[in-house]
Amino acid sequence: MLRVVSEVSLVAERGQVTALLGANGAGKTTTLECAQGLQKRSGGTISLLGQDPASAGAELRSRVGVMLQDGGLPPSSRPIPLLRHIAGLYETPWPVDDLIRRLAIDSFSRTTVRRLSGGQKQRLALAAALIGRPEVLFLDEPSAGLDPQSRQLVFDLIGELRDAGMGIILTTHLMDDAQRLADYVYIIDGGRNVAEGTVQELLQRNPGVEAGAEHIRTLEFEAAPGLDFDGVLPAGIAVSEARAGSYSVTGSLTPAHLAALARWWEAHNIMPASMSLQARSLEDVFLDISGKDIR
Amino acid sequence: MNGTASGAAGAGAGASNAPIAALGGVAGSQRPASLLRRVLLQGKYEALAMLRNGEQLILAVVLPLLALVGLTVTPFLDGMGGSRIDVAVPGILALCAMSTAFTGQGIATGFDRRYGVLRFLSTTPLGRGGLIAGKALSVLAVLCLQVAVVSAVAFALGWRPEAAGWLPGLLLLALGAAAFTALGLLVAGTVRPEATLAITNLLWILLGALGGIVIPAERLPAGPQSVVHFLPSGALGESLREAFLGGTLNGAAALILLLWTVIAGAAAIRWFKWN
Repeated sequence: MLRVVSEVSLVAERGQVTALLGANGAGKTTTLECAQGLQKRSGGTISLLGQDPASAGAELRSRVGVMLQDGGLPPSSRPIPLLRHIAGLYETPWPVDDLIRRLAIDSFSRTTVRRLSGGQKQRLALAAALIGRPEVLFLDEPSAGLDPQSRQLVFDLIGELRDAGMGIILTTHLMDDAQRLADYVYIIDGGRNVAEGTVQELLQRNPGVEAGAEHIRTLEFEAAPGLDFDGVLPAGIAVSEARAGSYSVTGSLTPAHLAALARWWEAHNIMPASMSLQARSLEDVFLDISGKDIR
Repeated sequence: MNGTASGAAGAGAGASNAPIAALGGVAGSQRPASLLRRVLLQGKYEALAMLRNGEQLILAVVLPLLALVGLTVTPFLDGMGGSRIDVAVPGILALCAMSTAFTGQGIATGFDRRYGVLRFLSTTPLGRGGLIAGKALSVLAVLCLQVAVVSAVAFALGWRPEAAGWLPGLLLLALGAAAFTALGLLVAGTVRPEATLAITNLLWILLGALGGIVIPAERLPAGPQSVVHFLPSGALGESLREAFLGGTLNGAAALILLLWTVIAGAAAIRWFKWN
């Protein structure tokens, strides 16, 4: 028997966005599908709103919304009749016109699902998942294929839903999304969860990373190629030239380090063409935990 | 997961949207519509989808009507105990049941499976049972329309069925539709949609020509003649001819159809893959 997920243990609370992070094939979707009752599990326990989703009836399903990774919408259907049809399956659905407006579906309401763009399909799939005004919402890769405007729209709505008390569980391999949306994060690797916490907690403490890693910053700047930084910055601060004229300064940078660098630039009449300072991101944490090998 | 939601606090609203709380918030007491309503809605949705699909319409209505006309202008059915049209129509009605329940529904279900439609709908209050019931209902609804259209054309061409044959005829049609629906689901749920497309279309042609459905077993070559009585096509075609020509119910054929329904249905339940 192929064991895709073996040691995953997670809790998702109401009024929170819980994110499952992992590389492709890590077991995120399998975990989610077991929780939705779509896949049979061979062991372990799952409680969804106090019930086992594997044997759930229509009562439980009416309280849960699901947005699948592949959408799951009939290709020959048109958005509005499809939403009205799904709404009819609930006693008190979300007003269809309101959802259409919120997710800007009216702009493509006369197009069949098969002709929609990836982002339009995602918005429609989200509307279909929300139509029953669920208490728990599962979103599998919700921002896949979204353009920046649609992404903003969807993220704003997810924020509103969370504030309204919905429990939202999403999977993503986009760290920016998780950093922006998630109240609590589980990192899944090889079918088990290897780290968990709020984004802040994960940035500050995670196994395998040396103490003080949370203070690490990276300063990147563009200047003339081949500059010699010997003695400008103390030991422990690494300076590298990734490509000609593109420099990276990494370490526990302090204002004194930045000042020393600026003085050196001034003394040598160097004016960087561009400059950025970045804190350690969730992506750095993720790569530290799950490694940099391609899966 | 303990994601129970209470009646919610107010949410931030966009400029043009009412706060989610004003819509009743996130429901804390959502309930499904009644089972009957869910199944009826799904049946209606699937039936309309079937009728809007041009290829399905050709398969469901145009080809059976062409076969009907073809059988009335050729001598294939001469000497079968009735006029050409009287012998032809029961077989055409059986062909309609096979077109809609087996080929049309099988192909639609296969592609629904491919696109994740079955998985998504099974997470809604409809569930897997409601989805299958909706599909069966849509088959019956489309079959009713087919019977109405074929009967109207057949009456215009001179069809005069035995009045006592309607009740057993319609019961047998429903039973045949159940057997073909179960077979269609079995194929659609176990092989890729492209294979479903090929298998169901090929079987439609083979069973239509040699399965005893429109051409009675007596007129078939010796090879197929010995087995067609045990096929759902042969059992349905033969029993419908007996019903509409003689007003009788062929119990053995009905039993064969029932067996096909039970066996194919059980196999579909056992091996149907939703993913």
